[in-house]
Amino acid sequence: MTVDEPALHQVGDKTPSLLQTGEHDLCPGCGEPVAIRLLLETLTELGLTASTIGVVGIGCYTAFSRTLDVDLVQALHGRAPSVATGVKRMQPEKFVFTLQGDGDMVNEGLQEVLHTAARGENVTCVLLNNGVFGETGGHMTATSVLGQRTKTSLEGRDADYHGYPIVIGDLLARLDGAAYIARGSVQSAGAVARTKRMMRRAFESQLAGEGFSLMEVLTMCPTGWFVPTAEGPTYMDETLGQVHVMGELKGGKSSPS
Amino acid sequence: MTKGLMEGSEAMAEAAIACGCRFFAGYPMTPFTELLENFAKKLPAVGGVCVNAESELEAVGMAWGALATGARAATGSTGQGLSLMQESFSEITLAELPLVAFNMARGQGDYFQSTRGGGHGDYRHIVLAPMDIGEAVELTQLAFHLAELWRNPVLVQGDYLLAHTAEAVDVVPIDFGPLPDKDWAVDGSGGGTGRSKVISPLGIGKHNTPGPGIEGQQQAVAAKLARIAGVEPRAESGFLDDAEHIVVAFGTPAKFVRYAVRRLRDQGLPVGYIRPITLWPFPTDAVAEAAAGMSSVLVFELNAGQMIDDVRLAVLGRAPVRSIGGISTDHSGFGVGPLLDVEVIAGRIEGAATEKEVMA
Repeated sequence: MTVDEPALHQVGDKTPSLLQTGEHDLCPGCGEPVAIRLLLETLTELGLTASTIGVVGIGCYTAFSRTLDVDLVQALHGRAPSVATGVKRMQPEKFVFTLQGDGDMVNEGLQEVLHTAARGENVTCVLLNNGVFGETGGHMTATSVLGQRTKTSLEGRDADYHGYPIVIGDLLARLDGAAYIARGSVQSAGAVARTKRMMRRAFESQLAGEGFSLMEVLTMCPTGWFVPTAEGPTYMDETLGQVHVMGELKGGKSSPS
Repeated sequence: MTKGLMEGSEAMAEAAIACGCRFFAGYPMTPFTELLENFAKKLPAVGGVCVNAESELEAVGMAWGALATGARAATGSTGQGLSLMQESFSEITLAELPLVAFNMARGQGDYFQSTRGGGHGDYRHIVLAPMDIGEAVELTQLAFHLAELWRNPVLVQGDYLLAHTAEAVDVVPIDFGPLPDKDWAVDGSGGGTGRSKVISPLGIGKHNTPGPGIEGQQQAVAAKLARIAGVEPRAESGFLDDAEHIVVAFGTPAKFVRYAVRRLRDQGLPVGYIRPITLWPFPTDAVAEAAAGMSSVLVFELNAGQMIDDVRLAVLGRAPVRSIGGISTDHSGFGVGPLLDVEVIAGRIEGAATEKEVMA
């Protein structure tokens, strides 16, 4: 965003300081930019701006590799947790996160995130979970919920034919190496505020050296879901949100752990 | 650092650590296992890290991350395990990270995998094939040097013999000359400065510091590989003066071939040998020059015929090229088969050479 008038800039520009440009090519109604905003704001607020290395997977969000003003390593689809492991082992004083989608983390790279969590690797994986392969145009992932229509489950995900979804946060929370696991969402202002608090706790968990942390964020993908843009938040509440339930699953103030 | 009897696996790990390798990740597999064991034993003592990775896919990913920070890092396996890593090898090459990988192979059937790769896209690794442990100590260190000089992966091609036999060797750091600064590495300090970095195979760069794009990145790497092909070929040869036949062989079998050739020379057979030390870039010019005017060019390799393609491309029909090798392994499939025997090799060289003379 370019605003010439300084005063107007102060009032109107809420672009996170860690963005080189606010321009992006993601679809209207996409939840990913909101989640990435929370990530950048949290890095800034915790003073991690000049000591963070991110590892980015492959999905729509990969386009942000170009615009985030953060040192990054581009990984292959699914492999970010292993790459982050190598980064953290050589730079243990740095804050290390991954940015992955559900196709990346829960389909292609499930063993990578499981092993990284089990190892108690002191990194934070940020999962943008919209229940579809958004970048390829709305195909079923391992987190698509029963009944969800995708291009490869046209009549809705059927347990007998397509199998059941993986609720990844709950799965990872069972591992001893996982210190903090939370699931947020960005479909409403309230959810955004709550998600940001959880994001902060996830990052603080790594800074305290507690072990593996996962910050899962449910994001809208109206394009991949074949719903009108404005109905994205409601659709998410009524479908994905019923299975992938928001809240702290481990290590938080409100979780049982 | 005194000269001692050392197994190849230990000597190669020592050599890697002596020249600054501080990260290793691998998954056990015969005959690579002892290399992993030695890194696991030795790296923590020098402040390094060795991860017993949960899979080969993860091992190469971890090495990728360590390399991105500027650390000297390596991974390895047998050809079977390296098959699993090929996707990452392709992209690490495009990301221009200085990976060193060890292939402690079962036989020599991985020549195609090592020199052509099993991954996607236009990529090559520099491939160094030592013939014994002493040379492996040198080439392991050269691998790290060349990887950083060219910002391109280098594969050290070993085998069962190299891993499991012992020789008296000295492991001393070798100075191969200056290397460029790793100004591409990430340490997190770029954040918020407007000059943050991204290490990517996609050529994306950043908004403020744009990269060449995917096509531009692929073209830049291809151009670099062409430069490597021009200057890095290495070969060793012997008995070429007045030779009428030459044998081409690589790796540990080449040492057997050299011995057999020396003996045949003593017996009056005009035979020489040439040994590619770099399998890629293949020493095309050296092989072509050695082959000029020969009655026959004999290729000894322990596979169904792989390097022979490169020999034929070098010779370009100027001399007849024949295989005198073949698949040969012990009952386990890992170890040394009956073909790797000086008597057998000498017999095959002599048979092929005299047959050719009769025909000529």
